[in-house]
Amino acid sequence: MMTAATLRGVRDEVRARSRSATEVCREALGRIAALDPQLHAFNTVTADAALARAEAIDRDPDRWRDAPLAGVPVALKDNLCTRGVRTTASSRVLQSFVPPYSATVVDRLEAAGAIVLGKTNCDEFAMGSSNENSAFGPVRNPWALERIPGGSSGGSAAAVASNLTPLALGSDTGGSIRQPAALCGVVGLKPTYGRVSRYGLIAFGSSLDQIGPITRTAYDAAVALSVIAGADPADATSAPEPVPDYAAGLTGDIGRARIGVPRRLLEQGVDADVSRAIDAALDVLRSRGATLVDIDLPHAKYAIPVYYLVATAEASSNLARYDGVRYGYRAPAAKDQSLRTMYGQTRAQGFGPEVKRRIMLGTYVLSAGYYDAYYLKAQQVRTLILRDYDEAFGPAGSGGGVDVVAMPTSPTTAFPIGERVSDPIQMYLADVFTVSANLAGLPAISVPCGFTAERLPVGLQMTGRRFDEATLLRLADAYERDTEWSKQLPPIATR
Amino acid sequence: MPSGFTREQVTAIAALAQLELNDAELDLFARQLGDILEAADEVQRVDTTGVPPTASVVRRHASDRADEVRPCLDRDEALANAPDPAPEAGLFKVPRVIG
Repeated sequence: MMTAATLRGVRDEVRARSRSATEVCREALGRIAALDPQLHAFNTVTADAALARAEAIDRDPDRWRDAPLAGVPVALKDNLCTRGVRTTASSRVLQSFVPPYSATVVDRLEAAGAIVLGKTNCDEFAMGSSNENSAFGPVRNPWALERIPGGSSGGSAAAVASNLTPLALGSDTGGSIRQPAALCGVVGLKPTYGRVSRYGLIAFGSSLDQIGPITRTAYDAAVALSVIAGADPADATSAPEPVPDYAAGLTGDIGRARIGVPRRLLEQGVDADVSRAIDAALDVLRSRGATLVDIDLPHAKYAIPVYYLVATAEASSNLARYDGVRYGYRAPAAKDQSLRTMYGQTRAQGFGPEVKRRIMLGTYVLSAGYYDAYYLKAQQVRTLILRDYDEAFGPAGSGGGVDVVAMPTSPTTAFPIGERVSDPIQMYLADVFTVSANLAGLPAISVPCGFTAERLPVGLQMTGRRFDEATLLRLADAYERDTEWSKQLPPIATR
Repeated sequence: MPSGFTREQVTAIAALAQLELNDAELDLFARQLGDILEAADEVQRVDTTGVPPTASVVRRHASDRADEVRPCLDRDEALANAPDPAPEAGLFKVPRVIG
């Protein structure tokens, strides 16, 4: 039986020279060739470049002996710019775009020895919770091919879940790393806002977007985060806080961690088998020494409307740049085509329905006469959501508050492809437990915590204090030591 | 303005957003924007008297760098993705704007 490759395993083998980076890379490319026609996790596979880079690493073992990601394959969500490699954001408007520079995270991964396998499919401009909004067709859930993998980083999550790569990067504006990680049964970490540079990430909601790792284990996420985190002169919102060696803190000891559970928020709308899996997971953490504390997040119930007002406003502004002038698609010239007509036609033909819907909503809530009632109001309620979390965590070092807040990542498991496409409000509810962390700028992790009777994965979400990814990873890693979920592979990957 | 936009209202928003929508899209968005804003209407019930808005959660910025000229994107590279470049002039071409 096939076992799942981990980042740590591959890295250690390459560093010890018990396997070559080339062999690892060939194997990963072979699995992609065999499985991806069914999964559609990749928009672009950079096989030749990956092999050339693997061979270069093998030729110079001294240089990579201590590299944290020596020879580790990585898949990048297709909204992360890669110099010389097509970057589409799964949109028609960027389908031929070849960036002249790489995102800071890509440079950092490569400097650490990682090998880029390709670019993963996602919802168009990262807008969606099911991956059905990709201009190139949906990704399929490795555990049930007729179901969605979650979104928007669905290709990244599906690629890790099906053992095509031990590491993928996603981006998370309202749950786009954590929700697909949960629905595909892998680990997904959204760092604190500012923890990871956004330079080279195609912008969606600039006050919410963060890049983060999707991996099989918390240890692997810790290694990857230490590589990609840290201040970057190219991103003024990147934070100066020092970056710890996250993996070094994973000892299995969680001390007397206090885990807050917002019971009232979870009373409604959560599938029964999801609730059961979450309760069982919390019991595991309790037997390791954690204390469960009932908490109240009174404004969390407004997170969805606040998010969809704030995020669409930011999106409408960010996506104004796609005008057919400097890069990207341009509508074919027609007789007497004016500049404005060219803009309007380019955008009408270049964007898909969900992106248009969000641009329209965002334009409206920012427009004169409605700004105060919608956008400003949403930003004020955003403050209240943030204060709820600050109160739950208590003043730093006081010992009075909780260390993390736990809840399901998603209220349901993966739903069938097509089930929610015609009902945007129903689709937006998939993000009910994930958007608060983005609005408050907090780090949050999704960890696999079991399966339903239909063999669909469930994810436990933990949200932490600002810049306290270390505690999230420590709890996630401790939980993995007592459970076997992270070792499970979907049937498609074991054949 | 919850519940139902008129087609004229949607047309006006689309003009602001520089989106040329067809009739089917205008009708669809008239209904859906109304539905979404109605679902979002619950935020109106929250008392936000005296609550400052949060536009950004950043509390400590990375330090500013010195304002000095540094290398930037090469002109040819900047033009490489343009749908209608004029490399010899170093320009992006657009449809005629003036007469």
